[in-house]
Amino acid sequence: MPPGISTSDFYYILPELVLTAGALVVLIADVLLPRERRSALSWVTLAAVGATLASLLPFTSTHVEVAHGLLAVDRFALFFKIVFLVAAAITVLMSVRYLAIEGASPGEYYFLILCATLGMMVMAGGIDLITIFIGLETMAVSFYILAGFIKPNQRSNEAAVKYFLLGAFSLGILLYGMSLMYGLSGTTNLRVMATSFGAMAGDSRLALAVILVVAGVGFKIAAVPFHMWAPDVYEGAPTPVTAFLSVGSKAASFAMLIRIFVEGLPSASEDWRLLFWVLSIATMTVGNFAAVTQTNVKRMLAYSSIAHAGYVLIGIVAGTSRGITATLVYLMVYSFMQLGAFAVVVMLRRADVVGDELKDFSGLASRNPFAAFAMLLFMLSLGGIPPTAGFMGKFWLFSAAIDAHYYWLALIGVLNSAVSLYYYIRIVVFMYVKKETLGSEPTTSPTLAVVLAVAVAATLVLGVYPQLLFNVAAASARTLGAAGATAALR
Amino acid sequence: MQGWLSILIMIALGAGFALISVVLSSFLGPRKPTPEKLAPYECGMPPVGDARERQSVKFYLVAMIFLLFDIEIAFLYPWAMALRDLGWNGFAQVLLFIALLLAGYVYVWRKGALDWGGDQATARRRSTIGD
Amino acid sequence: MVPLNYYLVLSAMLFAIGTAGVFVRRNLITILLSIEIMLNAVNLTFVAFGRALGSADGQIIVFFVMTVAAAEAAVGLAIVIGLFRHRESLNPDSWTALKW
Repeated sequence: MPPGISTSDFYYILPELVLTAGALVVLIADVLLPRERRSALSWVTLAAVGATLASLLPFTSTHVEVAHGLLAVDRFALFFKIVFLVAAAITVLMSVRYLAIEGASPGEYYFLILCATLGMMVMAGGIDLITIFIGLETMAVSFYILAGFIKPNQRSNEAAVKYFLLGAFSLGILLYGMSLMYGLSGTTNLRVMATSFGAMAGDSRLALAVILVVAGVGFKIAAVPFHMWAPDVYEGAPTPVTAFLSVGSKAASFAMLIRIFVEGLPSASEDWRLLFWVLSIATMTVGNFAAVTQTNVKRMLAYSSIAHAGYVLIGIVAGTSRGITATLVYLMVYSFMQLGAFAVVVMLRRADVVGDELKDFSGLASRNPFAAFAMLLFMLSLGGIPPTAGFMGKFWLFSAAIDAHYYWLALIGVLNSAVSLYYYIRIVVFMYVKKETLGSEPTTSPTLAVVLAVAVAATLVLGVYPQLLFNVAAASARTLGAAGATAALR
Repeated sequence: MQGWLSILIMIALGAGFALISVVLSSFLGPRKPTPEKLAPYECGMPPVGDARERQSVKFYLVAMIFLLFDIEIAFLYPWAMALRDLGWNGFAQVLLFIALLLAGYVYVWRKGALDWGGDQATARRRSTIGD
Repeated sequence: MVPLNYYLVLSAMLFAIGTAGVFVRRNLITILLSIEIMLNAVNLTFVAFGRALGSADGQIIVFFVMTVAAAEAAVGLAIVIGLFRHRESLNPDSWTALKW
């Protein structure tokens, strides 16, 4: 084997290279274009995302390890890359008018969005501690800046500081866990690690490493008790960034979680199953009950997103191939409904209204029926009511838990869904029942209309005809682990 | 153990000598303070201004940019050590790495972050960054 | 040669000091420094393991941790300066626009 990275390795990371090139074009164009032409940057960004999606096409059934086992190009990574790129495209469409209203410069913003997406793609493909860590930080550092992007806004500033401090702190914990994993196994490659940990089940040093990594990852997916940053950051950050953060960052962290634990630590699965079981229940319950009392919609959606991380953890706890499939399905479905809900909040941001309070939604049904209907659909989907996609996602998660004999977990999940309906329906009540209205007429811009239409269509189609997504996700989950061997999955 | 002992003795001697001189001079030396003697020593010149002068935030910006571009060396050294093994392929990859850094450099430069004050430079930066 | 355990105990202590600093100190810059101590404890662990195992992976990952720490410090300080312009204080307890 020749040293270094060969030309074929470069071929397999083509999507990442395309995205990097796109990001650089945006960055350089930002300083070279005259100020009044810079609004074109959003189209350049969209083109970059589109080109990256297109460059994924040759790899739809690839299953290889790249660069001596640094990255895996498989369908699992592919599935997540599609989620990230679609989320990034929707975020860009959402941001066009928002940035204009806030008076923020678009160039760096779009560059950072692309950088964050690049980081997520590396996280999903990484099967080595080094790549996972670099991907994670590429994403996280971009998000630190994005959270504080509206410089004159004090809330945005505070969100950035809080996110940065807790993000850097959690990175320290995660890295310490990783260093112990490296020390105990003698390798940074997760698949090699899995074999060398095979004889170490029940070792207390391994348990310590698992605890540290669970805590570090727990911060990233905002699982209780590591969730303190999420509501503040979600509320303070610019709304499109919040949307991307709650979808992209969460999905990427789950991809990382699955890679680390299912691929790298199957021998310690007793330990991490138990930890995630506790985290899952705490996360669902705390998230839902805290969301009930919120009056700020962004903050409420933040707690709701914490609760959803709890649901997704159910699939990880189940740990079966069915559980992982349900996790993938749910993350895809969740992306659309969450992005859609935030798109409505972005729409309510006008020159004279901030638009993220519950009372801003009152009377929306008569002022903008399409947006109100879309929001209604997203709320029903987030609450898990048929025939929406959210119902199918939850159904598979809970049935995977029952399948793996985690009855209590499934029961608590169902009960939590019932609680969550209360605060989702409250928004609907404000939109359809309350009459008093605030500020100027909320209107959709063309780009926002596209976002809402796509999100509504996805939420309905995936709810009525979910089989295709399920099959794709199942095929993706099967490619976990070294080619041909899925010892990790029972 | 023998080597460590001599180092210990060396440390004890050094610290002891310094301690004894300071203590002795404070006991034996005469004490006649005048304003000149109490003033901080600044190369024999009369002191000007406060030592804790506020620095322009530009210094901080330059330091930060230096830090970021400086760290690249950490990746060039390992490459230099493995230069012969990696061959032209590795050389091309390092060129790619430098090209990425260069893009960042062009950005920093055009944003005006490298201009050291001066009214023209400041004005141009204002117009490009826009705050 | 110094045994591996010495390094591990030292880095565990450093890590504990850094963690305690994050929780105890009430100044942003000091908290940032504490996080740096944590990251350096991690670096020490990686290098010590790398040497004990005779593999270069530990050192390579330390390069990346250092780079990331530098990038994080630059971004973090910029964010802190932005906040200071609004608040004239570096005490986390004085951030009140968002509920902590």
